[in-house]
Amino acid sequence: MISATVDGIALSNGQLWVLVIVLSATAYALKVLGFVVVGGRTMPPLVDRCLALIPASLLAALVAKDTFTSAQEFVVDARAIGLAVALVAVWRRAPFIVVVVAAMAATALVRALA
Amino acid sequence: MSDASSLSTPAAERKRVINASLTLGGAVGITALSFGLAAVSAGASVWQACALSFFTFTGASQFSAMSVVGAGGSMGAAFGGAALLAVRNFVYGVALAGRVANDGQGRKLPLLQRLVAAQFVIDETTAMTTAESTPRLARTAFWVTALSLFVTWNLGTLIGALAGSFLDTQVFGFDAAFPAAFTAMLAPHLRTQRGKMAAITGAVVVVALTPFVPVGIPILVAVVGVMFGVRR
Repeated sequence: MISATVDGIALSNGQLWVLVIVLSATAYALKVLGFVVVGGRTMPPLVDRCLALIPASLLAALVAKDTFTSAQEFVVDARAIGLAVALVAVWRRAPFIVVVVAAMAATALVRALA
Repeated sequence: MSDASSLSTPAAERKRVINASLTLGGAVGITALSFGLAAVSAGASVWQACALSFFTFTGASQFSAMSVVGAGGSMGAAFGGAALLAVRNFVYGVALAGRVANDGQGRKLPLLQRLVAAQFVIDETTAMTTAESTPRLARTAFWVTALSLFVTWNLGTLIGALAGSFLDTQVFGFDAAFPAAFTAMLAPHLRTQRGKMAAITGAVVVVALTPFVPVGIPILVAVVGVMFGVRR
């Protein structure tokens, strides 16, 4: 069942399954490569540093995409309020679920009022 | 156990590690609820959400793939960002091998056992395992965290996805779960100067490229943020 978002071209059910399978295989291959194949060897410091920074770039990119874009447009809407609330919650070191629920509630509230 | 009152006894230490690992499992189960909800709101079926949690079993990549799918990105774009996030599990694997892949007497565990353990090499098991100073406690931390997380992560996903398939996801703001979850996962990276540079560059790249390239592709280009972080 595809209940696509407002602006997206939804992937078919089959395509979603392909994504699930290919992503699972890749994630497992990476785990095995590190844990079983390469094992306790040390890597060059520069490689180590680059690998450690990938999540920082990607997660920030995903935050920007999910908050300020819709399809191929730059948009500022209720989601920006959600992000602001999430940032405050993270800054106050709130637990994960509090960050998520507070952001969802703020977004839903702004939408209801608009 | 009679010696639980003294924190330094091996039994008490073991108990402390087990308690911490189980508590973390509970917290992660709640995160899984939000993943189940978010995945279904992005267009995945309940079974697809569950399959991701069972087989992919690495939260950030799962959230990332569903976020790109929900925005209308291609399969390749959804896969690319998620796979790049999964690269850190390779790094964790290298770090954990010396602590978990042997039996404590320097003998490697049987290959089959190492292949099973590999599936559990993720953020949380790495944090809990590397926090322990003795090899014995490290192995306990790894396995208790692994099993408790695997159970709660999959159960939480199922419940969240089922709930999501009955509710109107727009009204409840479930789509806002994505950026909020990513913000929470990003927080530790913002505590270093390098992480901050990499994050800012990544976010700027996405906003700048979005009007010009297909959905999801800016996420892949955002890894150039790593270059800006590393130079500092």
